[in-house]
Amino acid sequence: MLRLQLNDSARRKVYALCALALVVLALPPSTARASDELDLGRYRGKVVVVDFWASWCAPCRRSFPWLNTMHERFADRGLVVIGVNVDRERAAAERFLREVPAAFPIVYDPAGALAARYRLTGMPSSLVFGPDGELVETHVGFRDAWREAREAQLIELLQRLPNQARSSSAP
Amino acid sequence: MKPNALLLVVALVCSGCANVEPWERDVLARPEMSLDADPVDAALDDHIYFSKEASSGGRGFGGGGCGCN
Repeated sequence: MLRLQLNDSARRKVYALCALALVVLALPPSTARASDELDLGRYRGKVVVVDFWASWCAPCRRSFPWLNTMHERFADRGLVVIGVNVDRERAAAERFLREVPAAFPIVYDPAGALAARYRLTGMPSSLVFGPDGELVETHVGFRDAWREAREAQLIELLQRLPNQARSSSAP
Repeated sequence: MKPNALLLVVALVCSGCANVEPWERDVLARPEMSLDADPVDAALDDHIYFSKEASSGGRGFGGGGCGCN
């Protein structure tokens, strides 16, 4: 058992530290807005690429044009591309999108709930889900040299889709 | 060490650790937060680290730091 013998000035300092600690603990955990929901169940039967990006993520400036190309090329073959933004400030994300536009839908995750759910290990992270909803691969980072292999992976997954899921417009 | 001083040191040390998730590195990604943002200095340092200890990467740039060499 520690014996604390404090004089008046030391005791006041300890009280001040305790008060400061209480103030810090009482602060709300996050001032960020709540995250959007992402339900991948509705994309069952399609190949889904969930790309976590942020305005401060330099490789994302290179990944977006590639994701746009993938979206344009394979959307009617059953590819779904979703961008999940993890910026705390929506304005930063919007500024990025003005410079680097996205042809695919964007989901906002300012509180980091979706990022935590998928346990990201780095930024950017691209999660590829197969038609059965299983996570096929997580690509951490983006390199131009990876584009061919990643496209080949998507094509291979798309070829596994049943014919009904391929075209969005049913006859 | 006197128990008061030890308690104070322990309290201070406990508050010094912050767990930053990969998606929370927005502040760390800013150029002023890197150890040396000057590209020439950084390239020279990188060459030295690679030559002397065969290490590379770990530079602080947005999205390319830890988890993406």
